[in-house]
Amino acid sequence: MALLQAAQRGEHALLLAPTGGGKTLAGFLPSLVDLAANPRDGLHTLYISPLKALAVDIARNLTLPVEQMALPIRIETRTGDTPVNRRARQRERPPQMLLTTPESLTLLLSLPDAPALFGGLGAIIVDEAHALAGTKRGDQLALCMSRLATLAPGARRVGLSATVAHPEPLRAWLSPTARPDDVRLIETKGGAAPVFDLQLPEGRLPWGGHMGLASAPEIYRRIEAARVTIVFVNTRAQAELVFAALWRLNEAALPIGMHHGSLEIGLRRKVEAAMAEGRLRAVVATASLDLGIDWGDVDQVVQVGAPKGVSRLLQRVGRANHRMDEPSRAVLVPANRFEVVECVAATEAAAAGELDGEPPRPGGLDVLAQHVLAMACSAPFHPDALYTEVTRAGPYAALARRDFDDVVGFVEDGGYALAAYDRFRRLFRDAEGMLHIRGQAAARQLRMNLGTIVETPMLKVRIRGGGVVGEVEEWFVSTLEPGDCFLFGGQVLRYERLDPAAVIVSRGGEGEPRVPVYAGTRMPLTTYLAARVRAILSDPRRWTHLPEPVREWLRLQRLKSELPPRDGLLVETFPRGGKWFLVAYTFEGRLAHQTLGMLVTKRMERRGLGPLGYVGTDYVLTVWSAFPPTEMDDLFAEDILGDEMEEWLAESSMLRRTFRNVATVAGLLEKKHPGQEKSGRQMTMNSDLIYDVLRRHQPDHILLRATRAEAAQGLTDVARIASLLARVKGRIRHRALDRVSPLAVPALIEEGREWVAGGAEDALLAEAAALVADATGGAEHFAETLAEVTEAVPVRGTSVAREKRRSKWRRSAPRMVTG
Amino acid sequence: MAALGAAHGDRLMAAAPLHIAGERLMLDPAGVLHWPARRLMCVADLHLEKGSAFAARGRLLPPWDTRETLARLVPLLRLYRPRRVVFLGDSFHDDDGPSRLAAADRAAVLHALAGIEAVWVAGNHDPSPPAGLPGMAAAEHAEGPFVFRHVPATRAKGEIAGHLHPKAAAPTRAGGIVRPCFVSDGARVLMPAFGAFTGGLDVADPAIASLFPRGGRAFLLGPQRLYAFPLAPGRRAPAFSG
Repeated sequence: MALLQAAQRGEHALLLAPTGGGKTLAGFLPSLVDLAANPRDGLHTLYISPLKALAVDIARNLTLPVEQMALPIRIETRTGDTPVNRRARQRERPPQMLLTTPESLTLLLSLPDAPALFGGLGAIIVDEAHALAGTKRGDQLALCMSRLATLAPGARRVGLSATVAHPEPLRAWLSPTARPDDVRLIETKGGAAPVFDLQLPEGRLPWGGHMGLASAPEIYRRIEAARVTIVFVNTRAQAELVFAALWRLNEAALPIGMHHGSLEIGLRRKVEAAMAEGRLRAVVATASLDLGIDWGDVDQVVQVGAPKGVSRLLQRVGRANHRMDEPSRAVLVPANRFEVVECVAATEAAAAGELDGEPPRPGGLDVLAQHVLAMACSAPFHPDALYTEVTRAGPYAALARRDFDDVVGFVEDGGYALAAYDRFRRLFRDAEGMLHIRGQAAARQLRMNLGTIVETPMLKVRIRGGGVVGEVEEWFVSTLEPGDCFLFGGQVLRYERLDPAAVIVSRGGEGEPRVPVYAGTRMPLTTYLAARVRAILSDPRRWTHLPEPVREWLRLQRLKSELPPRDGLLVETFPRGGKWFLVAYTFEGRLAHQTLGMLVTKRMERRGLGPLGYVGTDYVLTVWSAFPPTEMDDLFAEDILGDEMEEWLAESSMLRRTFRNVATVAGLLEKKHPGQEKSGRQMTMNSDLIYDVLRRHQPDHILLRATRAEAAQGLTDVARIASLLARVKGRIRHRALDRVSPLAVPALIEEGREWVAGGAEDALLAEAAALVADATGGAEHFAETLAEVTEAVPVRGTSVAREKRRSKWRRSAPRMVTG
Repeated sequence: MAALGAAHGDRLMAAAPLHIAGERLMLDPAGVLHWPARRLMCVADLHLEKGSAFAARGRLLPPWDTRETLARLVPLLRLYRPRRVVFLGDSFHDDDGPSRLAAADRAAVLHALAGIEAVWVAGNHDPSPPAGLPGMAAAEHAEGPFVFRHVPATRAKGEIAGHLHPKAAAPTRAGGIVRPCFVSDGARVLMPAFGAFTGGLDVADPAIASLFPRGGRAFLLGPQRLYAFPLAPGRRAPAFSG
C-alpha cells in the first residue's frame, strides 16, 4: 500500500521485503490501477529482471488476472529468445507492459526509434535489485535508466529487493540523481525468524575438504523426513558429488533432482517444472536457484558447506516456506572444522538480524564504453550532454571527466597515443561537436558484443548418437584423454573424442570418474563474516555453540600455540618434511589470500628465504620455503603493496584474465559465439598478447586503467589486503613452533596450490627438460630410435604425468567471481 | 661443434643445433631458424599489420604490433648477417598490409633488409608478393635438401614449414608451462609464429600431431635457450584437421 501511495505522489521507491512477500506483484499494482482507470496505447511500464525465466514467469502470472478482469492491457516479454517477428511487432505496436532483461533493454535503447518507444513511459520496475546493483549488469542497467530518464523524465522507478544490510547504496543506485534521498525506502519486516540446525557427520569431524560428503547419510535422512527439500551447495562440482552420494544411499528411490548452471537448459526447465508440480522430494542446487521463481512447497533448505555470507545464507533459506507467518527451516552442514565455526558465526549473525554487504564500487569503464557505443548507435550525441546523463547514474556519479573522455576516445578510434587509426574511426565529430556513428558495422558489432558477462570458454557435451546434456569448460576437456570418465549431470560419462562443436561421450565407463571443476563458482568469505569468525575463535566464552570436537580442537590450539586474536594477526612457523611452513591466520577470503601469497613470497624471495609455494584458503595463507622465515613485521608490512606489487601484479595471470573480460565487454575483443571457428583458448592467447603490447606502449591506456581498477576489488582483492595490513600493523604475533599446530592442519591438506612462478618459470622448464634429457640419454640427433624414446618417456599417459597435468589446471584455471 | 653463443642486447642466447637431411640447422630461442652453411635465416608467420587489419574491420586493436615484431626481428638480422632471409608466409596479416605500414616501420624494414636477399614465400593470409618491399616472391622456396613452404604437406622430407603456430605445454613439477615452440621429427621442422599478435595451436591438436605420426620433439622458446621435450606419436586424424 505504501508503494501505491508513493506511486500516486510520483515518488521513486525501493521496496525491501524478505523473499516471498509477493513484492513483485506489489510493484505492478500502481501500474495496473493507473491503466485500468486511464486506458491508453503505448509502453506504460517497463519491468527489468536479472533472469529471463523470471520475466517469463511474471508475465504469465500477470496475464491471467488481467485477462480475467478484461483489462485493456497487453503484457509481453522481450529477451534474447524473443522471435524476430515479435520483436518487430513490439517496435511498431508496443505493449503497455514490457518485461525484459538489462541486455535486451540496452539493445532497445541503441535503436534509432528508442525515443518514440520509451517517450511515454510511466514506470520502471527493477526486480531483484540487490542482485544487480554492484555488478557490471547493474552498471549497465543504471546507465540505461539514466537514458530512460532523459527520454521519459516522468517515469517513476520502483526497485524490488530482498532485505539488505545497507539500503543506502541500493537507493543511490536506483535514484535518478544518484542521491539516495530521492528514493523513498519502504521496508516490510519479515515474519518469523528462520530456525537453523547444525548437522555434523557421524563419527570423526573432517579436518579438510569442502564437499561435505561425510554428511550424506544425515542429509538423506533429513530429506526423508521432510516434504520437499532444496539442498544448496557452493559449486557445480560439489552438486555432482553430493547428488551422486545421495543416490548411492537412495534405497527408497526418492525422486531427487539436480540443478546447476552447466546443465542443458531444457534439462534445467524439466527439473524446475517437476519441482513446481511437487513431483520431486529434493533438488541439489547451486546458485542457479538462488534467485527467481517460486518453487511451491519447499519446507526445508539444507546448506552443504559454509555459507560464505550472511545475506547469501538468508536468501537461500528464504527459498523455503514462502509464507510470512511460519519460520523457514534450514539445516547447515559444514564440511570441515573451520566451516563449523563459520556456520555458527553466520547463524548468530542471522539471529541478531545483522547482514553483511560489500561497499558499493564505482561503475566499470568497460561497461561505459559499451554504453557509449550503444548511445551513438541510437542518435548523434554531444559529449557534454552524455557526461551529464551518465553521472546521474549512481555507479558513475563520481566519474572523472578525463575518464569519460578517454572512454569516448576509445570508442571513437581506440584511444591510442599513436594516431594510426584516423581512417578507421568509428565515430566522427561534426561542426557542432556532435559525435556521429560511422557506418553500420559498429552497430552490428555492438549487437554481437552486447552484455557484460564474459563466459569462460565452454564446450557442449553430447552423448554419441544422442542429445546434448550440458557443457563443461574447455580447459577441463583439454585435461581428458579418450577413455577417461567424468561425472556430469548425475551420470558417469566416458570421453571419446572432441569434434569441432562438442565433446563426444558415451554413457558408463570404468575407473574413478573425475568431476569437472568450474571457474568462478566459489564465493570468498565476506569481510563481515570473517570478523565474526575471528571474534568467536579468539574468545573461549563464545565457544558454547560450537560442537565438542571443535572446542577440543581449539583448546588444543591454545595449548600448543595460541588462538588467533580478534584484531591482530597470528603467524606460525614450523619445519615439516624438509621445508619451512608459515601459516598466517588472516581470514580475508581466498582471493585476497592468493594475492597476499604472491606479495609475501615476493618479499621472501628478495630476503633470500627461498619461498617454494603457497596456498590460500578462505581462512588462512600458508607459504612454504627452503629457509626459516623470520621478521614477520617485514613480511606483512604495508609497503609490500608498493611499486613491487604493481610490477608483480601486471605479470600475474589474474590481471590478464581481468583484462580479457574488460577488453571483451568494452568491445576490443570479440565475444565468443557458438559455432564460431575461433576457439576461446585462442582468444585468451590473443588477449594476453594484446595486453603485453599495450602495457609496453601505452601503460595508462583507458582499458589498462579499467583493468587495474577492477582487479583491485575483484580477482586480486587488493583493497581487502590493504585494510588487513593496516589493521594488524604492530600487532603481529609470531609463534615459532617445532611442529604443525592443530589449526594449521586443514591448510596443509588443502588443494589448489600456487607455485612461485615468474622468474622461476624458466628454471622449472630447464629442470624438466634436463630430466627428460637424462631419461633419453641426451639424444640431440634424431635417429630411428626416436619413436622408442618417446614411448619410454611419455609426456602424457602415466599417472604421474597426469597428476602434474591436473595440478597445472588447478593452477591456471581462471578463477572469477561472477556469481 | 659448439652451439652458437651470441649476445642479443645484453642477454646471452644459445641457439640449438638440429641435424636434418645431412645439414646442420640452428634453432634460435627467439623463434627463427639459421642455416650457417648457406647463411640463410628463416622466420615464419610475422602477421605484420594484424592490428590495423582488425581496425579496418572495426575492431580497434592496439596499433603497435608491427613495431613490436620488427623490434625483435631486426637485432636477429644484425646478429646472423644472413645472405638470404626466407619469410615463410603470412608475413603480413592480409594482402593490403604492406600499404598500411607506418612510414617509420617501412623505413625500418627497408633498412634492415639492405644487402640481404629477401624471399617472400606466399601464405594463406598474403598470397600476393608484398608491394613496395624488396626481394622476390615465391610459392615455395627450394634450397639444398630443403623445401621452405608455408603450409606443411602431408608427407614431406626436408620440409621447413609454418602456418600452424605450434605451442606446447611442458610438464614441470609446478604444472604445465605453455610456450610457442619448434617441432621436428628429423624429417621436417615446423616453425613457431614470430609475430607479436600471433596466438598458438597446441601440438597435441590433430592438425599438428598428425604431421608427426612417429612422434618428435618440441623445442619450447625461452628468453635464453630452448627447452626440448618429446612429442608423443600423433594419430592420423581422419575426422577433421583443425
